Amino acid sequence: MNHLASQIVLVPVIVPLLGAGLCLAFGRSARAQRIISIVALSIVVVAAGALLWRADQLGPQAVNVGGWPADLGISLVADRLSALLLVVSTIVTLSVLLYSFGQGIVEFGRDTPLSVFHPTFLVLSAGVSAAFLSADLFNLFVGFEILLAASYVLITLGGTEARVRAGTIYVIVSLISSVLFLISIAAVYAATGTVNLAALPDRIAALPEPVQLVLQLMLLLTFSIKAAIFPLSAWLPDSYPTAPAPVTAVFAGLLTKVGVYAIIRVQTTVFPDQPLRTLLLCAAILTMVVGILGAVAQSDIKRLLSFTLVSHIGYMLFGIALATEAGYAGAIFYVVHHITVQTALFLVAGLIEYRTGTTQLDRLGGLARAAPVLAILFFVPAMNLAGIPPFSGFLGKLALIQAGTASGDWLAYTGVGAGLAVSLLTLYAVAKAWNRAFWQPRDEHVDDDVPATGGLHPDTTTTVEDKVLRLPRGMALPTLALVTFSVALTVAAGPLIGVSQRAADELVERTPYIDAVLGDVP
Amino acid sequence: MSVDLALIFAIGVLVACGTTLVLERSLTRVLVGFVLLGNGVNLFFIVASGPPGAAPIVGASDERMADPLPQAMALTAVVITLGVTAFGLALAYRTWQLEGHDDVQDDVEDSLVMRRAERDDMSGSFDEVDESLPEEEGADLPSINDELTRENDEDDESPDDGDPR
Repeated sequence: MNHLASQIVLVPVIVPLLGAGLCLAFGRSARAQRIISIVALSIVVVAAGALLWRADQLGPQAVNVGGWPADLGISLVADRLSALLLVVSTIVTLSVLLYSFGQGIVEFGRDTPLSVFHPTFLVLSAGVSAAFLSADLFNLFVGFEILLAASYVLITLGGTEARVRAGTIYVIVSLISSVLFLISIAAVYAATGTVNLAALPDRIAALPEPVQLVLQLMLLLTFSIKAAIFPLSAWLPDSYPTAPAPVTAVFAGLLTKVGVYAIIRVQTTVFPDQPLRTLLLCAAILTMVVGILGAVAQSDIKRLLSFTLVSHIGYMLFGIALATEAGYAGAIFYVVHHITVQTALFLVAGLIEYRTGTTQLDRLGGLARAAPVLAILFFVPAMNLAGIPPFSGFLGKLALIQAGTASGDWLAYTGVGAGLAVSLLTLYAVAKAWNRAFWQPRDEHVDDDVPATGGLHPDTTTTVEDKVLRLPRGMALPTLALVTFSVALTVAAGPLIGVSQRAADELVERTPYIDAVLGDVP
Repeated sequence: MSVDLALIFAIGVLVACGTTLVLERSLTRVLVGFVLLGNGVNLFFIVASGPPGAAPIVGASDERMADPLPQAMALTAVVITLGVTAFGLALAYRTWQLEGHDDVQDDVEDSLVMRRAERDDMSGSFDEVDESLPEEEGADLPSINDELTRENDEDDESPDDGDPR
């Protein structure tokens, strides 16, 4: 193996961290910070693309950092799954960064230190990459902590009352999940003497079955909190919506998916023999149904989207729970689709907020006439989310439903039924938002005692008629780019499904990953 | 593997105290709980490293070395805990600055949705049905609901008054 070329694996972690340091050094100049952030993330996008190509053509790319043997030191591995998620996540991160320039988030309130946003954002990106690439549990934990620490800062950006309240819930839940993760890692180490994902399967298999089950349940519990799987999802809709739009968008797109990725990785690589099918299928079905019922009840676009986020995590878990190759392939495709679409929708919600000063459906109306571009930007990803053909959401759901019916037992069929019903309810929820915000005229008799929560300018109650703000190009163009990208996923669905299936093959086969990690032992 | 019972006992006490404190409303207590939990888990790493031994430096001693890996992990975890605790304290201070206390608040939107649900119960048709069946169980419910709604309204209004934005 060409050793030098496989060092690209390090780029997605190192370059953003380096960029973050430079951004701090150039904290005085917003312009220098912007240039550094864009260059750093662009390098990561290119590197991730190269990684995906190499991982697809040549097999998993592994690097043992510092030359330590894999089961002692830190190894970073990019197989097809990691590389694919890395590509999508960095593209999404880059577009959100561009969007944030447009919003002038760095000038957000005079209390906010000007220099904080960019370094934190880059650290978040490094954390996400580290989590996707790490080949041992403890490094996964460190990756999680890097992205969590960055997310704590981002979610409380500006330190307003609403954000501190929402951030507090988020921080506490994350702290508890981190402690659980640490306990699980210590337990895994005590039982097996390693935390390397490639070395674990054999040693785990040698353990008594109850011990295996305890370890697996503890890891799943940890990742389920991060991925917001019912009944561990209650924190998400409370904490996401109040953050600034770009922050919510990148959180919604990436952070829960890192949890989903960890579940896929642990389930396929470490515990391939006991998929806990019934438990996970029940959790998946409940996540889908409870999440979407929450979305239907909401009257704020951002909160509605947060609930659909929870609900659609259920689809991915459904694919994982089936524990078949088709299920994994469907889940991977769905993750890629959902990262893009959910981020795009939150960016649009940010645009709506910028345009009107609120995202409360009670206060919105008639936007289709006032802002036709915005209407299209909302409509396309919303229909995509609901799974209307021919969008990628439809293809992802179709793949999952096919995988479910192929399994052929009653629980899988229940999951398929729930998936169909939830997709219908998603359509209802986003159509409700569309109708009230864009289609019907604004209700003049708004309940004035409804406080404007989470507004961009909470003290002003701008309405469409009061103040016509043009959509700033800096915000609209990155949103447009992301919406176009999500549509492009439909056009390029053939190759994408191909990659997802090959990634699922690799996961089920397991040996390429294990050989790549352990093969380099000097 | 032989296990140090005193360590296990200490872990039990730390984690139990930590869990109790994390369930409190006040953010400062939650943080103290988190620190206790973190220390308990770090001790757990020491237990996970197996029996004690000499310092893990190659060639320093002929005795059996202790396993250095869990110690490295515990060290990393200590650093992370420190950083996160510092952030949490800043958050608690900011909450105190803004609201005069550091209690974890309920979500505003949640209470709004709840209020709406309660209003639906109080709609005219509901009352009519209730009046036509005065003998039924729960006929006195509307009045209780009324009070609840009023109380909730007051609860919801009060934080908005102190809004500094």
